[in-house]
Parts: sequence; structure tokens; C-alpha cells
Amino acid sequence: MAEPNIIGGLLGGALIGLASALLLLLNGRIAGISGILGGVIKSNVPGERSWRVAFILGLVGGAALDAFMRGGLPLRMQPAGPMLILAGLLVGFGTRLGSGCTSGHGVCGLARRSPRSLVATMIFMIVAALTVFLTRNFF
Amino acid sequence: MAAIVSALLIGALFGFGLAVSEMIDPARVIGFLDVAGRWDPTLLFVMGGALAVTLPGFPLILRRARPLLAEFFAMPTQSRLDGSLITGATIFGIGWGIAGFCPGPALAALASGSPGVAVFVVAMIAGQWAGSLLEQRP
Repeated sequence: MAEPNIIGGLLGGALIGLASALLLLLNGRIAGISGILGGVIKSNVPGERSWRVAFILGLVGGAALDAFMRGGLPLRMQPAGPMLILAGLLVGFGTRLGSGCTSGHGVCGLARRSPRSLVATMIFMIVAALTVFLTRNFF
Repeated sequence: MAAIVSALLIGALFGFGLAVSEMIDPARVIGFLDVAGRWDPTLLFVMGGALAVTLPGFPLILRRARPLLAEFFAMPTQSRLDGSLITGATIFGIGWGIAGFCPGPALAALASGSPGVAVFVVAMIAGQWAGSLLEQRP
């Protein structure tokens, strides 16, 4: 087993949960990142786009703050080149078609007790684990 | 205006959480998914930490008549377990398993300035755009 980051995981997870709760309480929105990004691309209502852009800028800024505090980000990229591009296309297309990702279905949808989100979360977790098993053993 | 400032600050809190939990590191995520190999349970603690807040928090918040800075709660309206949900979650799972990036961590990792992250994000946006074309068809 690899060495887990238990403290960072629990603390960071709680911050993610707190941010999701605050976005619901203040803005009345679900913190699903794929949905927030999708609305920037699709929406042509100005008021609908600006809070989404602000949220994404904040997302990058928050990670930059952690990078500043610890002197760099822990980032070990896995594939490069065509596989990385393929993965990006699949993640974008799949989250659009499936109406959500790890944050929208996983963190927020489960908190809403949504059956759709529970099913989606189980499917993408299992499929992703199978994909890793196949890439680790056969490619 | 208040709603935009709040979105910016909440986004920052979310991004900080993704970095602190090291979920922006694809190797951590792949490690969690690698159940038959050197399994890394960190993602489980992240999910646990987040759900410890949202599971009790969401029902309490949704008891209110309206949010503090908006007219209404914009909640998802679909409830059917349809083919799009299942196919979409499957396709997303394949991409997530290949790269170890899902949308939130990929966007937050742009802070690293790594060209690979930018390549992934551009591809992800292209994928979303392709998906939205499919949606608009009757």
C-alpha cells in the first residue's frame, strides 16, 4: 500500500465540503465543477456566466495559494501526448453527457441523496478502477 | 456583484482544499484507483471529509426558503436513470482512469503552470463542447 496523506486528505476534503455548502447557502448553486465550466462555454446569459468565471478563477487562485505556502504543487502527471489529450476529451464529453463529475455527483449529489448521483458515482469509480487495472497490466 | 465575489472566494476555498488534499496530483488519484496494486486510500479520506460537511449541511441549508445572495436554489431537475447518465459516467470513468484528472483538480492544477495541464484542460473543454452539440439534437 502507498503512504496515504490522511491529515491533508481529511482537512482538504472538509474544505471542499465547506466550499460546496457555502456555494449552496450563498449562491443557491451546486458546486459541480464540470457543470460550472459547461455553463461558461454554453450559456449566453451574461449574469449566468460571470459567477462561473469568478469561481474558476478562484479555483486556480486557491491552488496557487497552497503552492505558495508549500513552495510548489504536488503534481505527477501520468500520461503525456495523445493519451493525455484523449483522456481530456473523454472527461469533458463524459461529464457533459452524464451531467456531472466527482464534485457534482460525488460530493454534492450524494449529500442531496440523489439516486442518479449515487449510480453515476459508482459507475465512474468502478470504470476508472478497471481502466487503471487494464493500463497497468496490459498496456 | 455580491454573488460574484462570493463565487470567487468559495472557488478559492475549493481550489485550496483540492491542493491541500493533494487531489490535484494525478498520481494520488491513480493510486486510489489502483486497487490491485499499491493502493493509496487518500481519496477516501477526502471524500469522507467532504461528505462529513455536506451530508448534514445540505438538508439544513435546503430548509431555507431561498439562498442568501440569490432568488432561488438552482437544483438539478432530472430524476430518471437514463442512458445518457450511464454512458456519460462510463466515458468519464475511462478518461479519469487514464489521466487521473477530473474537472476540478485539472482546472485548479492550472496554477502549476504545467503545459500538460493546459493541454488536458483544452481537450476537456473541447469534449464538453462536443457533448453539448449532442445534447441540442432532438
